Amino acid sequence: MSELKQVRKIALTGDEAVAYAAKQADVDVIAAYPITPQTIIVERLSKYVADGELNAAFIQAESEHSAISICLGAALAGARTFTSTASQGLALMHEVLHIASSMRAPIVMAIANRALNSPLNIHCDHSDIMNARDTGWVHLFANNVQQAYDLTIMAFKIAEDPELLLPVSVNLDGFILTHSVEPLEVLSDEDVQSYIPHIPYPYRIDFDRPLAYGVMALPDTYMEFRRQLYEVIIKAPKVFRKASESFSKISGRLYNLIAPYFLEDAEIIVLALGSTVETLRYVARKFRGRNVKIGVVGLTMYRPFPEKEIADTLANAKCVAVMDRAYSYGGVGGPLYTDILSTLYKNGIRTMIADFIYGLGGRDFKLTDAEELFSKLVKSVEVGRFDQDIYWWGVRE
Amino acid sequence: MESAQKYFKTIRDVPIEDYFAPGHRLCAGCGASLAMKLAMKAIRMPTVVVNATGCVEVSTSLFPYVSWRLPWVHVAFENTAAVASGIIEAFRILEKKERGKMHDVIAIAGDGGTFDIGLQALSGALERNHKMLYICYDNEAYMNTGIQRSGATPTGAATTTSPAGKVIPGKQERKKDLIGIVLAHRIPYAATASISHPLDFINKVRRALEIDGPTFIHVLTPCTLGWRYPPSQTIKIARLAVETRYFPIIEVENGKVRINIKVTKPRPLEEFLEAQGRFRHLFEPENKHILEILKQQVEENWNRLLKLEEIGLYA
Repeated sequence: MSELKQVRKIALTGDEAVAYAAKQADVDVIAAYPITPQTIIVERLSKYVADGELNAAFIQAESEHSAISICLGAALAGARTFTSTASQGLALMHEVLHIASSMRAPIVMAIANRALNSPLNIHCDHSDIMNARDTGWVHLFANNVQQAYDLTIMAFKIAEDPELLLPVSVNLDGFILTHSVEPLEVLSDEDVQSYIPHIPYPYRIDFDRPLAYGVMALPDTYMEFRRQLYEVIIKAPKVFRKASESFSKISGRLYNLIAPYFLEDAEIIVLALGSTVETLRYVARKFRGRNVKIGVVGLTMYRPFPEKEIADTLANAKCVAVMDRAYSYGGVGGPLYTDILSTLYKNGIRTMIADFIYGLGGRDFKLTDAEELFSKLVKSVEVGRFDQDIYWWGVRE
Repeated sequence: MESAQKYFKTIRDVPIEDYFAPGHRLCAGCGASLAMKLAMKAIRMPTVVVNATGCVEVSTSLFPYVSWRLPWVHVAFENTAAVASGIIEAFRILEKKERGKMHDVIAIAGDGGTFDIGLQALSGALERNHKMLYICYDNEAYMNTGIQRSGATPTGAATTTSPAGKVIPGKQERKKDLIGIVLAHRIPYAATASISHPLDFINKVRRALEIDGPTFIHVLTPCTLGWRYPPSQTIKIARLAVETRYFPIIEVENGKVRINIKVTKPRPLEEFLEAQGRFRHLFEPENKHILEILKQQVEENWNRLLKLEEIGLYA
């Protein structure tokens, strides 16, 4: 057990906390394009650079497509790179997201989750990240500002692990986390830098050891390249655990792939991503006081999907409710719901399950909403079934 | 008169090393392959090439073979200037932080990847003042996908998406003034070049690399399939483009315009056009007006350059 260090607590918004983490990570290249609700992250970082507090190249690109392309080039050249975006910006990056993972560029990106146009909306939902779900990135979700800070630091450790070398996204709910001030414990610069020392990118661009990056592959070899991506991303949980363990030694905070709450004897289990997990936990505690056996699971890692952990968690559940802050239009349900359904089926678990689409475009999901939802779950368990498989929770009919 | 700075006075001064290796899959008679070979003769220190999707990219990187004897990066079609921006800024900061060594960065893209889909990334990179050389090899259409019109296709040329039809005889629009767009960013150095004038081109590449800022070279690279002429005629056609004033060879350093190859007695434009199948229909009587438009464009452009040479770009 390492010596207990003096805890430094400061109040920051989610955006500021992420920027502070990136600064402490001593990033070399930052490239970004302004988009609400992410902009404050890069404003802060540009100020750190302008004030000489961070020795980095700050590049404001002319689009998000170029911002992520700049990061990709910089990462291949051996720099620690960081960017952040949201919504349309992430959608515009989409093409390069696939390329970055397949080229094994350890970029770290914060995503201030925001709804997609149309109609234009700057507020929180997860449509942006769900559209980028299958791009070969490791996707992490923060439930609060502390986690946004911690996961940003951990993201560098995970991305740059020589076993992995994959880009990592840290998702924080737009406005709900990006613009909320929370007191958080921050680490010392020394601790962060000893946690994530600069290690040379093993395949960096070097004239003395010339490599070709992003070659052309025909049907006789393409599939083997993609198989390599498959083989590497499934190592992410292991790399995450390793990064998490060493992080806990400097912070006292231990992260797991999923964050269970009141699960020991839970009959009803609610799963969610992002800040809603906190709301659900608060209300779950109240319901526990009324002897309702309800538990909450937040997914800290969403990609790769923690299938085993979710299956173990849901094995004995009577009722499962999935909270989706996005929808898969024309699909069988929301994106998290379909992941959970597949997990249940693959693991031979039969239980009642429903999908709750909520909070699109920043529609508040208040404590009272959670209470109402939990009451609905309790009633459904009593009758032994849900009256629908997909609920649009809080939509005006 | 050719390029002002003569790093290589004769062909004997050009290094024997080829960083662009033989054995690539570009067509026999491909102008772009020559441009690559020549450009790579001019490198002066550790260098990385960033290549847009296109003919050169697909034909020089087919796994497991590669034609580049230096680090070579391809990401996508439209973002070459952005990827190159990231690489150069990474090298700069890593050198400062004593964690890496400096490289020259050369971005290479075709006309589609520069005039059209890559224009925004190019503009952004030029405005941000990164130290990099961007070379656009211009074969005047999307040749890699099968000869579709681009913003670089000249008026009247037939392509597979601007065919010489009964009603619409080839491309109706004018070729974009790319060098004009580039120079509007007031970058320190921009030039045009032709593979028919290799020393001029190699010297310009070296000149551009010596300058601490964004530099740009637009090199004309005839395409045997797209322009429809026999592979043996590539250099001849490139030369005709210069000698008919169709493609003036210029250099602009800090706003000072120099026409490097003074074509005092231009050959008739028809000599350049007749040699290529893509312009064949322009010699039908009903299309004579398009031929005239093209001639007008060439004359107008030349006269404008003469004036700019006199007064400078920023006068």
